[in-house]
Amino acid sequence: MSADTERGNVREWMSDVDLRWVKRKNRLFHIALVGASLFGVVMLALLIADVILDTLIGVVVFEIDIGTFLTRAGSSDWANAGFLGAMIGSAWLLVFTLFFSFFLGVGTAVYLEEYAPDTRTTRLIEANLTNLAGVPSVVYGLLALGVFVNAMRLGPILIAGALALALLVTPIVIVASQEALRAVPDGMRNGSLATGATQWQTVRGVVLPSAMPGIVTGTILALARAIGETAPLLMVGTVWGMRHYPGPFDRFGAMPTQIYEWAFLPEIELQYLAAMGIAVLMTILLAMYGVAFFVRNRYERSY
Amino acid sequence: MASNTTNDTESLISTEVSVDRTHDQPASPETVVEATDIDVYYGDEQALDGIDIEIPERQVTAIIGPSGCGKSTFLRCVNRMNDQIDACRVSGELDFHDKNVYDDDVDPVALRRKIGMVFQKPNPFPKSIRDNVAYGLNVQGKTEGVDERVERALRGAALWDEVGDQLDSSGLDLSGGQQQRLCIARAIAPDPEVLLMDEPTSALDPVAASKVEDLIDELVEEYTVIIVTHNMQQAARISDKTAVFLTGGELVEFDDTATIFEDPADERVEDYITGKFG
Repeated sequence: MSADTERGNVREWMSDVDLRWVKRKNRLFHIALVGASLFGVVMLALLIADVILDTLIGVVVFEIDIGTFLTRAGSSDWANAGFLGAMIGSAWLLVFTLFFSFFLGVGTAVYLEEYAPDTRTTRLIEANLTNLAGVPSVVYGLLALGVFVNAMRLGPILIAGALALALLVTPIVIVASQEALRAVPDGMRNGSLATGATQWQTVRGVVLPSAMPGIVTGTILALARAIGETAPLLMVGTVWGMRHYPGPFDRFGAMPTQIYEWAFLPEIELQYLAAMGIAVLMTILLAMYGVAFFVRNRYERSY
Repeated sequence: MASNTTNDTESLISTEVSVDRTHDQPASPETVVEATDIDVYYGDEQALDGIDIEIPERQVTAIIGPSGCGKSTFLRCVNRMNDQIDACRVSGELDFHDKNVYDDDVDPVALRRKIGMVFQKPNPFPKSIRDNVAYGLNVQGKTEGVDERVERALRGAALWDEVGDQLDSSGLDLSGGQQQRLCIARAIAPDPEVLLMDEPTSALDPVAASKVEDLIDELVEEYTVIIVTHNMQQAARISDKTAVFLTGGELVEFDDTATIFEDPADERVEDYITGKFG
């Protein structure tokens, strides 16, 4: 059998070709892609390392007591200053932000996905929601200042801060919930409707339970964003030098605003208090991401 | 060529169809569903064109035809599932027990409680087997004797022997064929009168498909079955009446299955059945 065909010699096609340059480009592109995807991870690792280092310096060099730091409210005296007041403020903010944004966000998503007719108006609303999810947070802070603090005369209390954060994260909750609802196959809706269920029975009995893992994951990620936000809370008006444990109707501060305050002030010791605050905040954030990751992997299923 | 075609038809009939199947019916069974001049449009596109058909009680009526001929569209008219599609418009009269289901005073939810439906792709809910079967009972507020009804429906769907001891496991963990029979159990649990089946075996392997076919044979003792299929052998095997839809959403011929397969009146039906197109 000859290797010669009318298109040339078969062996030459396969062996006598110089593909080195093409392959080198292939490898370079591969390396570039890996590098790009590693960039974020490396930056996060550097950030974590820096925070840990600063925390250690704070503990070792400046003898900041971690016990005191985690169990006391703020103080003008840095040696007695703690983070607990800010943590409680953040916890309340989290609870009320969740309360304000979850039902509103999920309800809006259910309406848009399950009930709203596919009209120009609906599409306009959806496009606007996507845009709202990208509005800078300080804008929501100004809106909350104008509407809740001043016009509604709530004053600069914690609830007003939670409303500002809810404004910020509701569009994110809506978009995440819409995606979760869209992932529920239409076959299930049809199966339910054809069994004589009403639209609401279908939503409550079949669609929402199937979409809930995705909705919960999206909501946790949105709250993780809210808990790290500083600008909207500053706009609403947080307390500087907070020395109390804030309740829902008190003037308040939160973890990021306390960190901002310490980092803003000139004393070197306060820089290390700020670093320890960041360590606490990042630990909580990573824990929230972990929960979201767990919920997604454990409960979400494909059909 | 023409004689060839005839031979093909005859061989199809002799090997695949025991044509004189009967369900011990009275000579002229009552009509349950009667369509008169049904037109359906999706936007500007016409999907069904002047359908007239009378579906007899407790028989299997098969609807066959090439892809896109409107067979599923017709099925979805009967239980008004087409209402779910925004752009869909239906005109004409579709009577269920002499009452036009498109009258203003008919609630489609109530209608669907009398007309069950099984879909092409098995669509069990992400719930336990028991909750899947009991779903219709729950939404219809039939809270008495749920366990007995679930068992009866699973037996009726020939699934009880396989899953009777694992009612709490997820319906999604069953095989495709079992899932489809689970969906049949879900459809018959609230005891509807009519069962609509939209290509119920096309996503199943041959063994699972033949189980579902056997099941249809038993279901028709209690229910009126309307089945859409693009498998002509299946239509010949399991149906008493056959309706042939052709492209353009037209009902070309509707008659006893034996007549359709042995001696169709319309040449296009003969061409379709002998595989000249489709």
